[in-house]
Amino acid sequence: MTLWAGVRTGARGVVWYLKGLLGEDAYEKYVAHHAATCETDAAGLDRAPHPLLTEREFWRDQTDRQDKNPQGRCC
Amino acid sequence: MGAASTMSDGTTAEPTALKRIPHDLAVALDPEEHDAHDRQWTPLKIIIWSVISLLGGLSWVMLAVVRGETVNAIWFVFAAICTYLIGYRFYSKFIEKHIVRPDDRRATPAEYKADGKDFAATDRRVLFGHHFAAIAGAGPLVGPVLAAQLGYLPGTIWIIVGVVLAGAVQDYLVLHFSMRRGGRSLGQMARDELGVIGGTAALIATLVIMVIIVAILALVVTNALAESPWGVFSVGMTIPIALFMGCYLRFFRPGKITEISIIGFVLLIAAIVGGGMVNGTEWGQTYLLLDKVTIAWGIIIYGFIAAILPVWLLLAPRDYLSTFMKIGTIGMLAVAIVIIRPEINVPAVSGFATTGTGPVVAGTLFPFLFVTIACGALSGFHALIASGTTPKLIQKERQTRFIGYGGMLMESLVAIMALVAALSIDRGIYFAMNASPALTGGTVQGAVAFVNGLGLTGVNLTPSMLTDMAANVGEESIVSRTGGAPTLAVGLSHIMQQLIGGTSMMSFWYHFAIMFEALFILTAVDAGTRVARFMLQDSLGNFFPKFKNTSWRPGAWAATAIMVAAWGAVLLMGVTDPLGGINTLFPLFGIANQLLAAIALAVCMAIVAKRGLFKYLWVVALPLGFASVVTISASFLKIFSTTPGIGYFAQNRAFANALAASETSFGTAPNVLAMEAVVRNTMVQGVLSIIFVVLSIIVILTAIQATLRAYRQRSNATSEDDAVQSQTYAPAGFIMTPPEKVLQAQWDALPVEKKIKVTGH
Repeated sequence: MTLWAGVRTGARGVVWYLKGLLGEDAYEKYVAHHAATCETDAAGLDRAPHPLLTEREFWRDQTDRQDKNPQGRCC
Repeated sequence: MGAASTMSDGTTAEPTALKRIPHDLAVALDPEEHDAHDRQWTPLKIIIWSVISLLGGLSWVMLAVVRGETVNAIWFVFAAICTYLIGYRFYSKFIEKHIVRPDDRRATPAEYKADGKDFAATDRRVLFGHHFAAIAGAGPLVGPVLAAQLGYLPGTIWIIVGVVLAGAVQDYLVLHFSMRRGGRSLGQMARDELGVIGGTAALIATLVIMVIIVAILALVVTNALAESPWGVFSVGMTIPIALFMGCYLRFFRPGKITEISIIGFVLLIAAIVGGGMVNGTEWGQTYLLLDKVTIAWGIIIYGFIAAILPVWLLLAPRDYLSTFMKIGTIGMLAVAIVIIRPEINVPAVSGFATTGTGPVVAGTLFPFLFVTIACGALSGFHALIASGTTPKLIQKERQTRFIGYGGMLMESLVAIMALVAALSIDRGIYFAMNASPALTGGTVQGAVAFVNGLGLTGVNLTPSMLTDMAANVGEESIVSRTGGAPTLAVGLSHIMQQLIGGTSMMSFWYHFAIMFEALFILTAVDAGTRVARFMLQDSLGNFFPKFKNTSWRPGAWAATAIMVAAWGAVLLMGVTDPLGGINTLFPLFGIANQLLAAIALAVCMAIVAKRGLFKYLWVVALPLGFASVVTISASFLKIFSTTPGIGYFAQNRAFANALAASETSFGTAPNVLAMEAVVRNTMVQGVLSIIFVVLSIIVILTAIQATLRAYRQRSNATSEDDAVQSQTYAPAGFIMTPPEKVLQAQWDALPVEKKIKVTGH
């Protein structure tokens, strides 16, 4: 059982890494960030609240931002 | 930004208002504790580092001193890895302690500018992979292949020693300095540190260099795909595959990147296999057997369309594929080299190192080795990446050493493996593939006569060796397939077939390698065009304000067309060059890249001087001095040399005189048209060399001026952003040290509601 658990932890690690590398976790990070900053909003700090983007809106926004701010790839 | 305490006085180097424990837990390790751990040499640590040093030393002895018939490839890998480990553990720590001086109490831009999008703290191990994928491209694969003509030792020493003392230092410093400035770009930092003249020169140089680099990368792909129906089909199929992936992500399942990347990868493999079938058909031979000029025009048209299409449709999905292929193939090659351990039958230093008459790239070892191998040892282009996305994603200041210095060491390892792959193939085949068609006539007989006529000991090329290899890799011919990519592909397939599949799989592995290189070259072409277009629009906007608006379609299209025309012209020039293209243009690529490195290092030197760290200025001045001497002397040779094979203007005069004497053929140019082309090309190349070197000298001089000014004023100022209190913690390196483990465990145990603004994993 411990071997099986080890394999599962390892596999989960690989999936986590691959997703991070390809940037698949970007939406999760955005939601987490949004949740964290909304808390400070509730505390009455000066921050214009903006609505949480849906997953589809977020990904569109992400590639559209790349359109406006291109990044070079190396040689 | 929450409870951030902002420093009002940004000029103090040591902010005192920052707290190590702002809330419940420390956001930084106690420096004392950190140093104590570093200084504590336990017996185990001593044994490990002794073994690393001994193994590294032994490997270098095997490579440099022992002269057997052959040398085993495994010594290259050991020499590289052991030297990297020592450089990382000792030299980068020295730089960290005395120059970089990271402070984990300070928030990084990913924390104090966090927006969940562009500025988002990213796990250090993930960011390492990200950064590596962004810096590693075709450069470290191509340069070492071309430099293999000088023997195995010069390239190996330069790649390994160069990265430890120069390349990784540049990447590390630029990354850290940009991070301390909110992720500012190299161009902005140059303007801040060097003033208007130095800054403007740096900006123009960057733009011109970008054009040259894109053109020569496109030339490498053109040479790999010409006369190859298989290559044209499989690489061409990447376009519909990427479009499909883009639409899938946009309309069907947004954000499912891993899923679509796996689908895309399977389709890519199918495209490679399909290419093999197409290669055997009548229509494949009729419609896909294209010459270089046609392919070059195809890439130019493709480059324009790709750069004006929205990112989501083509660039982003191909980026995912390219990352996937890059990490996978490099890992695969590393495993194969370690398991197969090919024997290398190449002299340590060949005669071409001193005569400078090598057919692959002209010129003697100094300075041309150092410009032929740019990426992998020292690459200025990395400074653009290290001052782009990466500094906006770093979680903690101390991580820049792992990501900046460590990431470049990885790229260097890729260069070593490319060198090993190129060295492992027969030397006769190597020269037949890399000598220009002007020398071999493009025929098997011509290549055999030329290579055997070089008088190399142990080289005895037969026509059947060339035809057999061509048949094995599924190509019409392998004669004069210059540019490095086909040679690397032959080397990779030669190694891989011993591991999987045997000779019958060689053609698959060959086209797999071509596909892998073409993928990221095309991405670099597309992205480079986009970046250059924005830079051009920004500059044009100073005269015609309308151009500043980058979403103004006619302006965007016009600027894109100008940039594509610029690199397209250089590409066509290279493709039609009667002298061979790669061997005249590749030095320009290396010089451009190294000059950019000199610019980046000059900016770093000015920053270090401004902070008053004169005692350690040599850490930057050493690589800067070396890069300057190499590139300026290489440029001067290209401009002033009287040997036509080396000097652009000497070549120009020789052909112009021949034309004036109304000769109808001269050297390798068979007719007047070709002679006129040489006159035109050499003039363009010469003028480009002059522009590069003048701009770089301006930047270097302004940096020296800024350094001297700082010295006279006993400066201890800084142009960094104000320090902001950090609220989070993360370890610095790949593996946690014992004190880091203790602190991390405390953070992990903290209830979720008490964690302050931790974005992402």
